[in-house]
Amino acid sequence: MQSLILHTTTRMMIGVLVLFSLFLFFRGHDEPGGGFIGGLVGAGAFTLYAIAFGTAATRKILRIHPITLIAIGLASLVISGLIPMFMGDPFLTGKWLFLELGGSEVKLSTPLIFDIGVYLCVVGFIVAVIFSLEEEPLTF
Amino acid sequence: MLIVIGLIFVTALLAPWIFKLFREKTGWILALLPLGSFLYLLSFLPEIAAGGTITQSTTWVSMEFFEVNLAFYLDGLSLMFGLIITGIGTFIVLYGAGYLSGNEYLPRFYLAILLFMGSMLGVVLADNLISIFVFWELTSFTSYLLIGFNHEQEASRRAALQALLVTGIGGLALLGGMVLMGFASGQWEVSALLNEGDIIREHPHYLAILLLVLGGAFTKSAQFPFHFWLPGAMAAPTPVSAYLHSATMVKAGVYLLARLHPVLGFTETWMILVGGFGVVTLLISAWLSLSFTDLKQILAYSTVMALGTMMMLIGLGTELAMQGLAVYILSHAMYKGALFMVAGGIDHEAGTRDVLKLGGLRKLMPISAVAAALAALSMAGIPPLFGFIAKEIVYEAALEATLLPVLFITLAVVANIAIVAASAIVVIRPFFGKPVETPKKAHETPPSMWIGPIILAVLSVVFGVLPFLVDKSLIVPVAGSVWGEPLDFYLSLWHGFNMPLMLSLLTLAGGLLTYRIWDGLRESAPMKGYQMVFARFPVNVYDGLVNGMLGLAGWQTRILQNGLMSNYLVTIMVTALVAIGYTFLTQSGIIWNPDFSNVHVYYWALSITIVGSLGIMLAFGNSRLTIIVAAGIIGYGLSLIYLMHGAADLAMTQVLVETLTVILVVLVLIHVPKIKEERSGASRTRDGVIAISAGLMMTLLILAVTAVPFDAFISEYYAEASYPLAHGRNIVNVILVDFRALDTMGEVVVVAIAGLAVYALIKMTRPGSSKENKS
Repeated sequence: MQSLILHTTTRMMIGVLVLFSLFLFFRGHDEPGGGFIGGLVGAGAFTLYAIAFGTAATRKILRIHPITLIAIGLASLVISGLIPMFMGDPFLTGKWLFLELGGSEVKLSTPLIFDIGVYLCVVGFIVAVIFSLEEEPLTF
Repeated sequence: MLIVIGLIFVTALLAPWIFKLFREKTGWILALLPLGSFLYLLSFLPEIAAGGTITQSTTWVSMEFFEVNLAFYLDGLSLMFGLIITGIGTFIVLYGAGYLSGNEYLPRFYLAILLFMGSMLGVVLADNLISIFVFWELTSFTSYLLIGFNHEQEASRRAALQALLVTGIGGLALLGGMVLMGFASGQWEVSALLNEGDIIREHPHYLAILLLVLGGAFTKSAQFPFHFWLPGAMAAPTPVSAYLHSATMVKAGVYLLARLHPVLGFTETWMILVGGFGVVTLLISAWLSLSFTDLKQILAYSTVMALGTMMMLIGLGTELAMQGLAVYILSHAMYKGALFMVAGGIDHEAGTRDVLKLGGLRKLMPISAVAAALAALSMAGIPPLFGFIAKEIVYEAALEATLLPVLFITLAVVANIAIVAASAIVVIRPFFGKPVETPKKAHETPPSMWIGPIILAVLSVVFGVLPFLVDKSLIVPVAGSVWGEPLDFYLSLWHGFNMPLMLSLLTLAGGLLTYRIWDGLRESAPMKGYQMVFARFPVNVYDGLVNGMLGLAGWQTRILQNGLMSNYLVTIMVTALVAIGYTFLTQSGIIWNPDFSNVHVYYWALSITIVGSLGIMLAFGNSRLTIIVAAGIIGYGLSLIYLMHGAADLAMTQVLVETLTVILVVLVLIHVPKIKEERSGASRTRDGVIAISAGLMMTLLILAVTAVPFDAFISEYYAEASYPLAHGRNIVNVILVDFRALDTMGEVVVVAIAGLAVYALIKMTRPGSSKENKS
């Protein structure tokens, strides 16, 4: 879309939106947010970019094909489920690792990997649909 | 044994990379794997020969009411099958390297054939009923990949699907039989089940168990009336036919029934069913083999005949029949494996497998000719080959059948006459007589392709002349396993002038006579009719069933999924109206207690906004954009309601989903032509009535639900357990990623599949965008 206002705002907003989506994602375990919401915001960011600059430019900044994002997302879900199985627990049991980094506690866990999978699947899904709708002339 | 099977599976998955490293030499390197497994299994021979059995077990799935163990059980029967699978497998890997040399899909062949080998080894070595079933299904699945190897050909894909469907349906029956058997006896390990035969035989479900197990075994081992899939599967490359469709997979059904004979056998039902189907199969297919001129078809039907013979022996259930079975399985694996490989060699070098277009190849392909001749002599049952010993015992067993011996022996002799003729055809026609101009200039096959047949053929002679090499060590334990108790006997070539020998001579004479008149017989009207009834007709029935199923699916899809959105909505709403309305009338009665006293002014404002949006939708009904925006406003309004109730996550999700939905729908709608209202006033009125009724019903439903006090048990549990158990304070997210992660996983998978589907549908249906759009 040829609009100076849209182009300028989008350039300013895209980084903020992606950061905001990661912020929502990481705080999600304790505050409102999480993989699904974060993924939606992330997908919104790329959708905005696609509307402003077209899909070719968006593919360039995204670098990874949206279908690959979906694949990595699904793999993360499965991996987060399989890890506890190697410890003798059922599929998808939450496993936690607490690390002390510079005085603050960092929680690493299989639910985190799971949530990353949700995030990637949501972003991949919406971006894939937007790309295909934008790139192919639909005929009825 | 778990390690052997695991190693084969892992190597199979690595095969494409191994191929990249070694290219043409891959076959020789990969063949070391089955060879090593063969030697490993062979190392158990002394212990098995001494009457021992070996069990190895690892727990796989453990649940309250039953366990699935990855348990392996080695006795005479499983050892012999294991040796056949790995031994012939070694030759097949080599042979495939030569046969498919230069084929771009050769790495895929290695992958699939090794996966199959691992699965097949699993079937015969596994001790647990469930693991046997899993391996059994894996053989069906991998055989689908192998039969459909030439996937660009319609015929290959069709044959692969046919084999998969027939054996797959049988596999389901088998699962039912095994589960019934497991619960009836309380034993899931075959080794333990072998002692529970009396319990199973006297169990009220015995007949059901038997029929289901037979359903699995008969489809897998191509017994009449399921015999048609095996000759169809000859669309596979010859290494696959030689391995799956003669030496190994088709014998899985025989193995299973032999394995379960001590558990299910010794009853009259067993004898009639197994023996009856076996003898019918052997008779029908033996003569069918004479109605074809394609080497592989002749061999395929003679294989079905051999499978029928094995079934007959299992059905007879006498000590002698068990001995015959043990010898027959081994001799058949050797000669039929060799003959298939030679047939493939002829096809590969001369360019055709039609015996009418072949002749005099013995000078051009001397090694193949020797291998074929020896193997065919063994198949025809001519002394001093191993096949002769096998046929003698089969005749003896048939003569001493406890039920209808005259019938069994007559049918066996009549069938074997045809097999003698078929043996003559497959060796004399291509290799002897006048040289015939072939499509390709024939020459001897590469060593990788003749080494297997010649070794197997020579072994047929060695075991025939020196039967003591295998009798006490292998054959006796095998017969003992099938019989259920140790047996003691020995094999010899010469049994004296007795009835079986006379019958052998009769068979030979009849066979040679049949061979002399074969050209006339093949073309005669009765033979054509015979082929029509027993070879073509079952395929037509199969096609009819498959097409009928597809037709039914198409019909119900056209009725239920007719593509009109408004019809779907009407169906859903009317169904809901009827179901909910009925429940209201019969169960609770309508509750009407709306209380407006505590409604805050926010809610009034929101309600007016939402209802107002609806009004806009109705008023501007022919502008899609307006409708979408109005629908979006409704969504945002709902998210405010969530927020007022403190459901921040829900509200955020609602806002985001609403925004993205509006964008997505607009992207689609800009391409869609303008709405043309063509519906009549009556149908609009009908839709209006349904819509209003549905809304009213929903309101009543919510009033009824809120009239019941809310049980906070689950939400309180989550609130309390969230931090201690899952280290998170946001209950919604903890539920999503931890407490009910499996649900989320299912939902995300749906999202992923929907994404793929949208992408594929839009990207690939554009004309000329892809090769795939033809299909």
